[in-house]
Amino acid sequence: MLSWKDLELGSIVTEPGNASAYKTGDWRSNKPIRDQSKCIKCGLCYIYCPDAAVELSKAGNYETNYFYCKGCGICANECPRGALTMIVEEE
Amino acid sequence: MTKRVGLEGSFAVSEAVRMADVDVLSAYPITPQTHIVERLSEMVADGDLDAEFICVESEHSAMSACVGASAAGARVFTCTAGQGLELMHEVLYIPSSMRLPVVAVVANRALSSPLSVWGDHSDAMAVRDIGWVQIFAENVQQAYDLTLCAYRIAEDKDVLFPAMVHLDGFHLSHVIEPVILPDQRQVDDFIPEFEYPFALNPDKPVSMGCYGPPYIYTEAKKSQNVAFESSRKIVSKAWGEFEGIFERSYLPVESYRTEDADVILLVMGSFAETAMLAIDRMRKEGKKVGLARLRLWRPFPFDEIRKAVKGAKLLVVLDRCISFGYGGPVCSELRSAFYREKNRPDIVSFIGGLGGRDITIDQYEYMIKRGKEISENGSEEEFEMIGVRQ
Repeated sequence: MLSWKDLELGSIVTEPGNASAYKTGDWRSNKPIRDQSKCIKCGLCYIYCPDAAVELSKAGNYETNYFYCKGCGICANECPRGALTMIVEEE
Repeated sequence: MTKRVGLEGSFAVSEAVRMADVDVLSAYPITPQTHIVERLSEMVADGDLDAEFICVESEHSAMSACVGASAAGARVFTCTAGQGLELMHEVLYIPSSMRLPVVAVVANRALSSPLSVWGDHSDAMAVRDIGWVQIFAENVQQAYDLTLCAYRIAEDKDVLFPAMVHLDGFHLSHVIEPVILPDQRQVDDFIPEFEYPFALNPDKPVSMGCYGPPYIYTEAKKSQNVAFESSRKIVSKAWGEFEGIFERSYLPVESYRTEDADVILLVMGSFAETAMLAIDRMRKEGKKVGLARLRLWRPFPFDEIRKAVKGAKLLVVLDRCISFGYGGPVCSELRSAFYREKNRPDIVSFIGGLGGRDITIDQYEYMIKRGKEISENGSEEEFEMIGVRQ
């Protein structure tokens, strides 16, 4: 962890794009679980995800990136086929 | 060439800004500051100042424009007063925490209501906790000088904090006094072209004012405060350099006839010149009285004030502001500054000069005499209000 002496002038960040290193996944209390057999690849979850945490894999499947997913549940709410279920995430 | 001219306080500030060759100006007119921004807009329109003048719809936007321009490496200026400074308040924190050397001049004005365009220090005191260097001018020459100094201080690589120069609304902003204007070359020597170390540049991108979660916010504030505290010595250094070039000197705390004084009166801003007359009169009567003025308000000059009143038995403080339910902010800070001192003077608080009300020589004399009585006999009141009709 950085000490106050390590901070740049005015806490300026000199390394661009470093927000991608910030794990927002640990904000999550509910986790979307995807049943790929129900998924019709419509891409609505991908479009609606406010954190761009839904990714399209090389195999053509939509998958949740849990490093960023905050568990808001929008994907599960929007899915027309009920392929996404929110479950309580217990540590 | 140096020349001596008669200038209104506001125009003297505009002249300093012109000679500082600022790049970007953004301000919204408000009494009693309007003449400063009016004159500057004329200068830009006439081609006397090669700067971008950004017309804005509010003081909030004026400061925002200055923040952006300063982050891009420009030398910037804005000015405001009273409610305008309050509207700017939210944005004032940004250049201080992002370490941008924005310079602002405030023609001190009372706060509503009742609506008052006249001067007092309520606006200045409301922004004391933000991390701006705050300097108080006493006359028109100082308004000019200290505006130049604000650039020298703010842009020092060991400071890089915004700086605010306070001149009393009307009592200074609208008064015409003789001013010595220096040669342009002297000004250029004093405040050479400035290069901000992290100026926004697409080839070398940086992020300013980032999101700071609990794990880093405390560290950010610690580093800001350490840097702000250490800018105190640079203020004195800059004033030393100023004296070397312009032959006028400034100190964080300035004293007047305080040698051997038992009682020291403390006043800020233009009222100090009237207070001097009271000191002269009382000295003539053989009374051991003196005057101290806080030229520098932030960072607070602890050592200098302790030194300035050393030996005095009583410090009588005049605040031109009231903290409701508490008292005078300057007095409360002074009491706190002396709390741990072994041979501290007693400190008595007066509040007056609110909303443009004058304080006469007699009233300064009264404060000193009444202050002694309060010091000897005590008082049920935390402070006394000067000149209030009963």
